[in-house]
Amino acid sequence: MELMMSIAVGILFMVGVYLILTRSLLRIILGTSLLTHAVHLLLLTMARLKKGAPPLLGEHASAYTDPVPAALILTSIVISFGVTSFFFVLAYKAYQKLKTDDMEQLRGEEGE
Amino acid sequence: MNNLLVFPLIIPLLTAVALIFAHSRVMLQRWINATGAVLNILAAVLIVREVRLNGIQTLHMGGWAPPYGIVFTADMLAALLVLTTTVLSTACLFYAFGSIGRERERHYFHPFFQFLIVGVNGSFLTGDLFNLFVCFEVMLISSYALIVLGGTKRQLRETLKYILVNIVSSTFFVAAIAYLYGVAGTLNMAHLSLRIAEAGQGGIINVIAVLFLIVFALKAGLFLFFWLPGSYSAPPTAVKALFGALLTKVGIYAIARTFSLIFYHQPELTHSLIGWMAMLTMILGGIGAVAYSDIHRIINYNVVIGIGFISFGIATATKTSMDGVVFYLIHDMIAKALLFLLGGMLIKAAGTSDLRQMGGLMKRYPLLGWMFFSVTFALVGVPPLSGFTGKLLIIQGGFASGHYLWTGIALASSLIVLYSLMRVFIGAFYGDEEQPAAVQEPVRLKGLVSAAAALLALILVIGIGSERVYSYSSQAGGVLVNPAIYTDAVLKE
Repeated sequence: MELMMSIAVGILFMVGVYLILTRSLLRIILGTSLLTHAVHLLLLTMARLKKGAPPLLGEHASAYTDPVPAALILTSIVISFGVTSFFFVLAYKAYQKLKTDDMEQLRGEEGE
Repeated sequence: MNNLLVFPLIIPLLTAVALIFAHSRVMLQRWINATGAVLNILAAVLIVREVRLNGIQTLHMGGWAPPYGIVFTADMLAALLVLTTTVLSTACLFYAFGSIGRERERHYFHPFFQFLIVGVNGSFLTGDLFNLFVCFEVMLISSYALIVLGGTKRQLRETLKYILVNIVSSTFFVAAIAYLYGVAGTLNMAHLSLRIAEAGQGGIINVIAVLFLIVFALKAGLFLFFWLPGSYSAPPTAVKALFGALLTKVGIYAIARTFSLIFYHQPELTHSLIGWMAMLTMILGGIGAVAYSDIHRIINYNVVIGIGFISFGIATATKTSMDGVVFYLIHDMIAKALLFLLGGMLIKAAGTSDLRQMGGLMKRYPLLGWMFFSVTFALVGVPPLSGFTGKLLIIQGGFASGHYLWTGIALASSLIVLYSLMRVFIGAFYGDEEQPAAVQEPVRLKGLVSAAAALLALILVIGIGSERVYSYSSQAGGVLVNPAIYTDAVLKE
């Protein structure tokens, strides 16, 4: 199971990086979104996957799932949603004002 | 346990919430924001005093003792940086009153300002790595908003790049945290320190350490500063000063903390990497500072040089140089904020940011000229001003640890700073005014000058009272060199 997850993380990273390297702003945002999801899966996988045990340290727990990664991922998902939506709004505004979503044309710093 | 530690977060947070409701009334916002800022300074002073008298203070959120739960830790380094943050952000706030413009103030400049302070203070005070990430994000999201506020074309295009760089580096941050959690099974910094000391810093930990270094270097502008000069030229001066003084320094703080507390077992690998990155930062930053004649760019590259110099101190990692790092960090935060504020006034007075079109401002703005002159010498490290002691300690530490080449480059970087800023001083304040026709009536700078003068006075006070400040920074440096003090204070209560 861990192996499958690692491969999935790898593929998501690949796709994310590919999208970030494209010129279209929309694709770049989707790329960052995929990257963060890849990282969340990575966080889940690194704490070792377990089936059939609750995330509770009971009185006589013989097996329990580590609750910390779930808590971390939850926090991180909220942050990534917030940032992604902000990025979308910004990209829309920039498209309206700069009349392009091509990163090649947004290079350099000159001009007001 | 000490509940005092939550105040540097809760005060700006509540102030920001109150400010959201008052967003249409500019004067009310100013009063609320100024009150919050002053209360924040008071809380920071109390924390510094507490740490001075009783050693490292911790706060266990919800009563969960470490290594479980969320812990806040204030050692002397964190406390001093919180104090510096609150003081210089207040100065930037007063500068913003006079320069930011009512339109921006009505569109939530004030709440974002306070949210930024929440993130910065949180990053300094937190005692576990994931909370460091969360506080980084709080700080970064506010900074995205502040950098784009106003929505000019230049701001929009620079913000796009700034956000992209930061999202990617945050992604790597979470990945590094995931790996570290997989290896060590904890994220509490004190606990991590013990675990890694027990298990030894093997190959995997080294890789994770370098991943952390890349993340923090991106945030701090250490070697990976390609995004910095562009992004930091876009926002208005008061925001620029906040960014230049605070955001990069949070990255530096994270490097100093993790590489002195957690990954300190193989300095020949990690610390020499930091050292070489610092050298390249100083050299490339120096080239940038000399190459351009745009005031924004010269100042931004000076920020880069400062980052390189502080990292050089972290890389040598002796007691002397760590004392110097703390001292110089405080000085650099204040002096860089002041440099940005003066640069902003200079551009306002001259009506252009191009050095080649300036000249002769000394006749009309003598005070501004001499303030710029003083901050130049403070940054270079001339004795009565605050840069001297920190620089001396870092250089001494460099010689003592036998890194002669690095120390030489670090010394040479001071000369570059002197050259690049004196070029601005001479170019802008001496000679003839280039275009007498374009000169308007003198710009009103009174309110702005007082904010800058307060920071300059602070630089002078720190410089003259360096003996006293040194005793504080030495206490902070002691913790950085001896991690056992930190781990004992957090874990054995």
